[in-house]
Parts: sequence; C-alpha cells; structure tokens
Amino acid sequence: MFDVLVIGGGVIGGCVLRELSKYSLSVCMIEKESDVAMGASRANSGIVHAGFDAKVGSLKAKFNVLGHAMMEDYTKELGVKFERNGSLVVAFSKEELNALYELKERGKKNGVQKLRILNKEELKEIEPNLSNNAVGALYAPTAGIVCPYKLAIATIGNAMDNGAKLVLDFECESITKNGDFFSVKSKDDREIFSRIIINCAGLGAQKIANMAGDFSFQVKARRGEYLLLDKNQSGFVKRTLFFAPTEKGKGILVSPTVDGNIILGPTADEVEENFTDTTTFGLSQIQDKAKVMTPNLKLSEVITSFAGARAYCDRHDFIVEESTVVRGLINCAGIESPGLTSAPAIAKYVVEDLVLKDVEGVKKEDFNPTRRPDDFFAKLDVDDKNEIIKREPSYGRIVCRCEKITEGEIVRAIKVNPKATTIDGVKRRVRAGMGRCQGGFCQPQIMEIIARENNLSVFDINKGSKGSYIVKEITK
Amino acid sequence: MTEYAVVVIGGGPAGLAAAIKAWDSGAESVLVLERDTVLGGILNQCIHNGFGLTRFKESLTGPEYAWRFIEEVKKRGIEVWTDTTVLSIDKEKRVFAINSERGVFSIYAKSIILAMGCRERSKGALNIAGSRPSGLFSAGTAQKYVNVKGWLPGREVVILGSGDIGLIMARRMTLEGAKVRAVCEIMPYSSGLKRNIVQCLDDFDIPLYLSHTIVEIEGRDRVSGVVIAKVDENRKPIKGTEKRFSCDTVLFSVGLIPENELTAQAGIKLSSQTKGAVVDQNRETEIEGVFACGNVLHVHDLVDFVSEEAEIAGKSAADYANGVRGEKDCVECVAGESVGYVLPQLIDRKGGENVKLYFRVRKPIRDGEIRLESGGVTIFSKRKKIFTPGEMESIIIKKEDLAKFDSKSVLSVIGG
Repeated sequence: MFDVLVIGGGVIGGCVLRELSKYSLSVCMIEKESDVAMGASRANSGIVHAGFDAKVGSLKAKFNVLGHAMMEDYTKELGVKFERNGSLVVAFSKEELNALYELKERGKKNGVQKLRILNKEELKEIEPNLSNNAVGALYAPTAGIVCPYKLAIATIGNAMDNGAKLVLDFECESITKNGDFFSVKSKDDREIFSRIIINCAGLGAQKIANMAGDFSFQVKARRGEYLLLDKNQSGFVKRTLFFAPTEKGKGILVSPTVDGNIILGPTADEVEENFTDTTTFGLSQIQDKAKVMTPNLKLSEVITSFAGARAYCDRHDFIVEESTVVRGLINCAGIESPGLTSAPAIAKYVVEDLVLKDVEGVKKEDFNPTRRPDDFFAKLDVDDKNEIIKREPSYGRIVCRCEKITEGEIVRAIKVNPKATTIDGVKRRVRAGMGRCQGGFCQPQIMEIIARENNLSVFDINKGSKGSYIVKEITK
Repeated sequence: MTEYAVVVIGGGPAGLAAAIKAWDSGAESVLVLERDTVLGGILNQCIHNGFGLTRFKESLTGPEYAWRFIEEVKKRGIEVWTDTTVLSIDKEKRVFAINSERGVFSIYAKSIILAMGCRERSKGALNIAGSRPSGLFSAGTAQKYVNVKGWLPGREVVILGSGDIGLIMARRMTLEGAKVRAVCEIMPYSSGLKRNIVQCLDDFDIPLYLSHTIVEIEGRDRVSGVVIAKVDENRKPIKGTEKRFSCDTVLFSVGLIPENELTAQAGIKLSSQTKGAVVDQNRETEIEGVFACGNVLHVHDLVDFVSEEAEIAGKSAADYANGVRGEKDCVECVAGESVGYVLPQLIDRKGGENVKLYFRVRKPIRDGEIRLESGGVTIFSKRKKIFTPGEMESIIIKKEDLAKFDSKSVLSVIGG
C-alpha cells in the first residue's frame, strides 16, 4: 500500500514525484511505456516562458510565473542544463507591433519582469539573422530554455534516489476505490494499492479520471511537428523567436536548444490520442514559416524531424485540483504550454496544498535534492577525466562519435535511476545517437552494451516501445 | 609532448595506404590513430568481392583488400593505436585524442593526414513524413548488423536510394532470405555503379523504381509499410502515383558525406561541392602540413582510387615532415559546365609531376567533350561516350602543361 501513486511519468508527474519524495511518504509512479518522458515531455519546444502569454488570473499565468521563478535553482539542483537565453515575440507589421504593447501590459499584470519593446535596429543588432522585414519585438530577457525530457528524467531519478518507486510498462485498466484506498490494475493483471492518486497522465488523463469515476473534463490532443538542425548551426539565433500569437497559440518558433541545436516548430493540429506521425504538409509549413523569421536558415542542416502530441482540455486552463466527485484523486490535466515552465510550481502546490491536507507527511531530513547530471563527464577538465578513465577505462572509449559519448557514460545511464533500457532511453539521457549520423555508427554498439549490462540478448533490445525491436534473428 | 613526424587520423583504406607510403618515403615516425578496435575501416563490413580490380588485377573482398595493407603496416612496424578517438586538431598541428589507456592526451605532429572517411546521410535529414518506428536503418548500419554481427534486421525490405551500398545490401538481404520488395531512387538514374545494378538487382529480379521516393512511413513500434510515389522533374511527389509496400525494414542509401568535423573545427577551408577540404594535387589543405585523402576528401566509388590518392598524401606528408618540399605556386581549378566538382581544387604550378584531375558530372551525358580551359587556352580536351554522376572520371595533366595554368582554370563537359 502506497500513500501516494503518481500516474504518468512525464515532467509533471516527475516534478510531483520529486516533491513527494521530500516527505516521509511511501510513493510510487506508474508509467505505461518502457521508459519515462515518452509523451508530451519527449517532444516539445523546451521553452521556459517568461509568462506574458497566459490570461490574467488564470492558473496558467499563476503557475507559469511561479515556475519560471523556480526554474534556475531547480535545474541547478538536478544537474539539468537551463539557459536564460531570452525570447523575442517578433512583429512583422504595424498591427502586430501594436499588439505587442498589449502583450507587454498583460505580462506586467502577470508579474513578468524586464519586458521591453525593441525597435528594428535594436533587434538587428542582437539577432543579426532575423529577417529584415521584422519591425519590432517584445523582448523578455528572463525567458529561457531547458530540455523537457531531461528535466523529467532528472526529477524522477532524483525522487527514486530518495526512495520513490517507479513501475514501467504498467498500463492502467481499472481503478477501484475500496473505502479509503484505491486499487489500480494493469492490463497484464498487476495491482497496486494507494491512498491517493495523482493523475499526471497527460493525454491519458481523461481516461484515468474516467476509470476512477470522474467525468468532469475532456482532454484532447494537439500535435506539434518539429525539425531539428545540426549543432554546427549553433549560434544562428541566440534567443527564442516567436511570431505574434494568434488564437491558435504561439505558433512556430525558431530557437536554440540547450544542447546547441536549432529547433523549428511546432505546428498545431488536432489529432487522435498520441498520434505523432509527421506530415509532409506540416514539415513544409515549418520550413516556410521559419524562413519568414530567419531567411538565411540552412535547411540542408536538418538532422531529424519529429512530432509530439500535447494534451489540452476543454476548460482552456490547467486543471490542478482534487476531483470533486472522487475523494483522494488529484487531477493534473490539460497541462499544455506553459506546462513545462509551470511544472515545479504545480508540483509544489499539489503536494503542499492538496496531498498534505489528507495524508500526514513530515519533511525528511536526509532528502538529497541533487542528482549528478547524466552529462557530468563532458564537463570535467582533462585531469579529472583522466582520473576517472584510470579507474574505469570504459570512459576512455568513445561510442557515439558525433556527440563524443563514451561507453562509461552509456553504462552509467543504464545503471542510475531511472535506468535506461532502450536505445532511445540511452539517447535521451546521454545523447548517444542524437547527433548528425542519428545513430548510424553507434546503434549496434549501444544495443550490445544494453544487452550486456542487463544479461539480455540483443534480440530483446528495443528502440523505444515494446515491439520496436532492432534486429530479428541470427543470419543464415 | 610526444612528437611524431606523421600522424594519420583513421585506419581505413586511406589511412593505411597513406601511412605505408609516408613510411616508405622516409618519414621518421608514423602513427595511425583508429577509433575502432581493428584496422580496415568500412572495408571490414564489405564482405562482397570486386575490390582491387584496378590495383591488384584481382577481385578481392573488402577484408581481403584491407588485409593486404594491414600486413604492410605490420611489416614496417608502423605504430597503430586502435580504440582511440581524435577529439580535435589545431593549427599548431597538435592532435588531441582519447583512449582507455592514455586517457585524454595530445600529440604533436609535423604532418597530419586526415583520413576519417565518410558517413551516410541519415534518414532524419530527408524530412519523410510518418511515424518513427524501429526498422529504419542506413544501409551501412544494416550491413554492419548482417556482415559483422550476424544479425538480420528483418525479412521484408524496401530500400530508398540506389547508391552502391543500397544496391549491395539489396543483394545481401536477398541472400539472407529476406524479400526486397523495391529499391526507389528519386533521380531518373541510379547513383550506383552500373555493375552493381546488374549484379545486385537485375540478377535477383529486384525492381528498381527510378524517379520514385518514399512519401510516408507507417508503423507504430516496428515499421509496417511505406508509401512510395513517382516524382516530377523538381523531385516533388506526384499525387495519384502512390504505391504501398508492406515491409518490416527500410534501408536508406541516400548519399555519403565526408566526415569533416575535425577539419572544420581546425578552421580548414571546405569545398561546398565535395564537402571535403580544399586541397592541391599533393592533397595538402589550407594549413601547411595538414593533408587529406580518401572519402574524407571526396566520396570515391572504388577503394583502388582511395589507395592511390592516399599514397599521394602519404608521400607529401613525409616530404613536408622532412622539410624537402619546395615553394608552391597554387592557382584555382573549378568545375564548369555539367561538372559537379573537380579535385584537386588548387593546382601547384611548380608541382613538377603529372597531375590526375578527378571529377564527377552533374547529370548523365552521352558523347561529351571533357575540356580544361585556362585564360582562353584549352589545356586538355578529350571526347568520351558515356558520363554518369555515379562514376568518377579522371584526366591526366602533363607536367609540362602546368605552366599553362592561368590564375583560374575551368573543367567542363560539353554535352552530346
């Protein structure tokens, strides 16, 4: 019996799990995929929004501004790269420019600091690759970037290091309330009991709520397609460049990532649940829009394209509350943008204001807030690297040549919480296979390392999901 | 800091031949740095034959071809550090590298030979719509699985791109019992060697769809099918021409890219046409004493020519290390009509030896005239029946003609 069960291993669930692990509670996370961060946290823009977009008085505005303020220390503790690169909402017409003043005003009301309107010349000076047709921009120097799946992985890893449990491949089939606790059953007949359930299931949040007997909201999926450019384009733009927002959202952006790539996207169209195919139309739409923003963009340097599906709900604001019909069920649903920015603040609120009023939890004295970053080795100086290589020679063997990732780092990603068990899992933790050759050279070796470390056959190793095997059988 | 006369980066066919030649040309010390556990590079996974027809007048397999050079390296006692990855080089010709034994270390070289080879263009660069399941491989990765590891990726295959590796893998997968449903090529002609089309596709009744590309990938966990479509002259898919193939494996053979991250990082000028360093006929780059050869310089069709080019670089590197190279007087040689690239891009007029100019045409040409002009004078001219982009061409410029090169010369193929 757990005190609290978190359903869904994305960035919201991760932050909640970490917050819970600060207390003397028995906590568990279940995730239906073979790894964490497999839904919206896997594929989004990774922007830490300043907070001027959200409607004044909304939960989005509240948690965005709170989360934004927490992000720097939060990521530092967890060893996740965060960069305060600033964002620009770029206007291409007089009307758009006028709208920026409204946006600035809204930001002020939401509590966003240092917002400023830049004129054409100022813009050109700080972003020389921006189109000459840009007439001005709203500059938010406090905006930043973070890697969404790394934040999810780090929060979950840190929570596990502090005693939280993670159960993968657990797809819920039923949730029953028995008096003051829930019984949660998986499709393969496993059962977990918990006093409280925190529903952080992203696109599946409605399904989970429905299973528990709450039919009060609807969750829909919106697909966003992206293109990613080679690191050799690093520095092409320094800030996150947005078009002026429309009713449909913030539109397609051009932004650096914390890892030095350039990301273009997302598109936004309604899809069935978790439909993450890219489309010819979407990918060309991104290229066209990005060219309007930055005409010198080198689209020949695209190394991959992908899509993510994000949840949004019919209330058009975040749902962060205890269910009014099912006691003990806390819903975190419809967490669309700025959900990543808001995650730490949502988690704090959920645990301090919603969970602790029902179950008794005392702050643990031995809670360790830090986690050694998965990319710690690359940051070391030569002497420290050599010290490690002397002890553990596998840190001297480069496996991924594009990103220069060693065997030692890959083995570590397989061994530390939350353990990578798939090719994509290794990739998301240490970037092996993330570079320009997209795993062409290192995939065979990574597969062998995963198999070796887990005493499995290579035929059992998957790319990501169950059934995504890499090799089928021995040759003739 | 440890010092070597010549440091060769890469122990594939180019690096091996360059190291041997540097040694034989009197380099005091030669060190080969190889990132894999063994020498031989990509040849180790090319177990088909057809290597060495030009150089050895016999048909060898890839490993056999490599073996001949590895033996020569061993015979000479040339130093080889395997499992060693070069991290960077700089203008002072320091080589920074990492391995398990030495950790992160640096070496000073009098001459450096860049022989890192090339990599395959990945599927990711193509912007193909659809899902991202497993079962999508670059042809070379699949080749490694099948030939080196002994693991079959799947049983029903569609191949995009008719480059040589794609063609070879069509045959290889067939021999392993897989069914190759189609090879699609976006261009109206194959970029592979004619002999490979005949021996790898025609002989096995594997259909080749020219002017076709994959427009969609299907499958959630493992790929379950692809949709292909005919393309127009602008390589845009034509609506209504779609065909679906079910498959569990898709191989991409969509081009090779010289692997020049080290070169670019060192600030050496790269050609936008070859994606390799700009070099003179000695294969010397913009930085004195840094040479390049093989597929890192430009993608070759045949390893025999890689070896030949590597020997030029090996000799030049030894000469430079020994201080026996004279003054240079370089002029530009550029690609003209119908020519994709010319290599070398610089001609040293004081070179004193015949110069072999390599080039590729941009489109197939029948009955063309190769013409090299400089300052209004035709230096070289020759007619040839068939030119295709898939086959590298070469001409020899006589040493006595080097003086005729003006500041800029142009190599063209005047069509049919």
